Amino acid sequence: MEAASIPEQPTRPEPRRSPLAIIRQNALPFCLLVALVAQFVYQPQETLSDLKTGLSNGTIWALIALGYTLVYGIIELINFAHGEVFMIGSFVAVSLWQMTGVTAATSAPLALGSIVIVLALSMLASGSLNVMIERVAYRPLRNAPKLAPLITAIGMSFILQNVGLLWRPTPDAAPDLIGSQKNYFTVFNVGIEHSDVFAVVITVPLLIALMWFVGSTRYGKAMRATAQDPDAARLMGIDVDRTIALTFLIGGLLAGAAGVIYALYNGTVRFNQGFLAGLIAFTAAVMGGIGNLKGAVIGGLIIGVIQAVSDSGNFLGLKLGPEWTPAVVFAILILVLVFRPQGLFGEETREG
Amino acid sequence: MTTPAAAAPAPIAPKAKAPRRRISGYLPNWVWALLWVGFAIAFPYILDQILGDPGSFLDATIQTLAYIIMALGLNIVVGFAGLLDLGYVAFYAIGAFVAGWFASQQFSSVNGGKGIHIFVDALNNFGHSIPGIHLNFVMVLILAAIITAMFGVILGAPTLRLRGDYLAVVTLAFGEIVPRVFENSTSGIFGIGSTNFSNGRQGITPIDKIQLPFIGKFNYPLELKPVYYVVVAMVFLTIFINIRLRDSRLGRAWIAVREDEVAASAMGVNLVQTKLFAYAIGAAFGGFAGAFLGTYNNTVNVDQFEFGFSVFVLCMVVIGGMGNIWGVILGAIALSMMNRYGLPQLNKFSQPIGFDVTSVNFGIFGFFLLFMMIMRPEGFLPNARRKLEFHEAELGDVTDNEPLLEEQALYEVREK
Repeated sequence: MEAASIPEQPTRPEPRRSPLAIIRQNALPFCLLVALVAQFVYQPQETLSDLKTGLSNGTIWALIALGYTLVYGIIELINFAHGEVFMIGSFVAVSLWQMTGVTAATSAPLALGSIVIVLALSMLASGSLNVMIERVAYRPLRNAPKLAPLITAIGMSFILQNVGLLWRPTPDAAPDLIGSQKNYFTVFNVGIEHSDVFAVVITVPLLIALMWFVGSTRYGKAMRATAQDPDAARLMGIDVDRTIALTFLIGGLLAGAAGVIYALYNGTVRFNQGFLAGLIAFTAAVMGGIGNLKGAVIGGLIIGVIQAVSDSGNFLGLKLGPEWTPAVVFAILILVLVFRPQGLFGEETREG
Repeated sequence: MTTPAAAAPAPIAPKAKAPRRRISGYLPNWVWALLWVGFAIAFPYILDQILGDPGSFLDATIQTLAYIIMALGLNIVVGFAGLLDLGYVAFYAIGAFVAGWFASQQFSSVNGGKGIHIFVDALNNFGHSIPGIHLNFVMVLILAAIITAMFGVILGAPTLRLRGDYLAVVTLAFGEIVPRVFENSTSGIFGIGSTNFSNGRQGITPIDKIQLPFIGKFNYPLELKPVYYVVVAMVFLTIFINIRLRDSRLGRAWIAVREDEVAASAMGVNLVQTKLFAYAIGAAFGGFAGAFLGTYNNTVNVDQFEFGFSVFVLCMVVIGGMGNIWGVILGAIALSMMNRYGLPQLNKFSQPIGFDVTSVNFGIFGFFLLFMMIMRPEGFLPNARRKLEFHEAELGDVTDNEPLLEEQALYEVREK
């Protein structure tokens, strides 16, 4: 399994494939594209606005999905507690703002500074929480049957959800520091809101940093080696346990950032936001081919758009709506897992 | 059973120790069965003598017995066949909704408003015909089992190719979709038709009371004993079917598939058939118990059907001991009684300091799952093969010359 979409030259040229095979290979992305174009023809204005909402919302899913994909790539475990790590990130951020008394009325430079500091602290909190989860729940079971860590992951997720439930003072409303509903500018009559710009401005540097870290540093190389073959990596002198902990740390950092964006984007946080968010992000990771970093990002954006179209309530005359969105996302999850377990663009995995 | 840590270092010579006899070996099986039946019949009367307020305990017992049926059903899928199912709640939902549709006034316009009545009283106290579909309780149970078995196959068929985590996630997604579809189908399904299937979040209520031939209509929140006997009978039927299944050709095929799919297939086990049977039968028990719970609770509400419930039942199977019928029953009793009786009792102490223990019940279960998996992954009463699997690393490789450890000797005998 490839842990990361490694920016390396392919060692041998791709064999020529018949047109039919190429069509089969890309049938699912093609279907999605056709569905989107059809929807655009059906309702051009709404679709553009859905596309905008979906892409900016998708950056949050992409950040969470990266955590799943990194961890799965390296130890082949679905970290069910990852959604809760994201939730705790949101909670830490909102609590910090509550404690320091930062509100929407705070002056712009101060608010901006607080966002940067809170972002860093929340990322750190989520990252260290994720490392701790690995230490407590997964490391003792490294050699156990695969069922065991999956069950501890679920246990951990429930524990963290209850931590969120008992969190005092209850964080509910995030201060509207970025004026998230205000339009920044307008393209094709679609208002690009502050929150959209904010999500992109935070996410893109993080993604670039991640690609650089995994692709070009010693630690990234160690991660890729461990993902390919932990035993061989150990023989080559890589500290596998530390590398795995590092992977969890990075996944947690990204989830923490996603938590802060989510809090400012939506304005409200809830103790059970992590469950659905985690599953949506997992769907994104699977869609992009689990273990594939770029795939996770693209999968997150696709899921974001699908979610936005479903939320807006009308897909080619089919009545949908926010109440149907979980069902739509889960149906897509099942379809992808059953028919393309390697993801839209990925390679064969051992699970498939 | 010696603890694994003690068993691992010192190999036991074959004749050093007489084979341990299980307590159950002193009496023939049918005597044990009779003893248990006798205890089950006497139980509510014993309760009357011991407790001042036996009602709430008996209520918790009835719920627990229904959960035993579900846990045993899930055990077929997870414990016997080794297919992790995180969406068992879907079958509970389907079973409960079958009870809601076929034993209530939900479809009041059916048969021109006069309703359909089969083996139940057709007239209410005022002599009017009750609208809606009303089937006898036994028929509802059978119907629920059949319909959920079909859904089990529907879930199982596409997932046959998947293994491990992916299988778990597909079942989880299925368990989330089914309640959502019910919840949103208040005006036809997917906007087709206009039948109201669920009343949305309000749910279907009331459900017909249990009515049995020769006994008549039950009157349960007031008299719980008859309901208790009904569910005890259901549990005994379930245990009997489970034991017979485990020892059957199909049961051995499940265990073979669990241990090694490729080897089982090479030995002539039909993988597709074996797995589909596991899903269908496991699901049928979920629907069986779900229909009972829907009827007993007098309401079918989508709020009951959340992911936490799947984990709750999985917890029972894991904590009790996957694959071991008695272990699963023990796990179900422990967790369900704690949830239904223990935590509310504990609340009497914690309420004054302003802390509601029942609100964090899933956190407590999560902690149990974590703790059990790390300290004793095979559960309270482990299945011998499962236990071996979890401690394979500690036992190490054994060559032919070394004497067999107790655990390894167990590998060879068929379990009792």
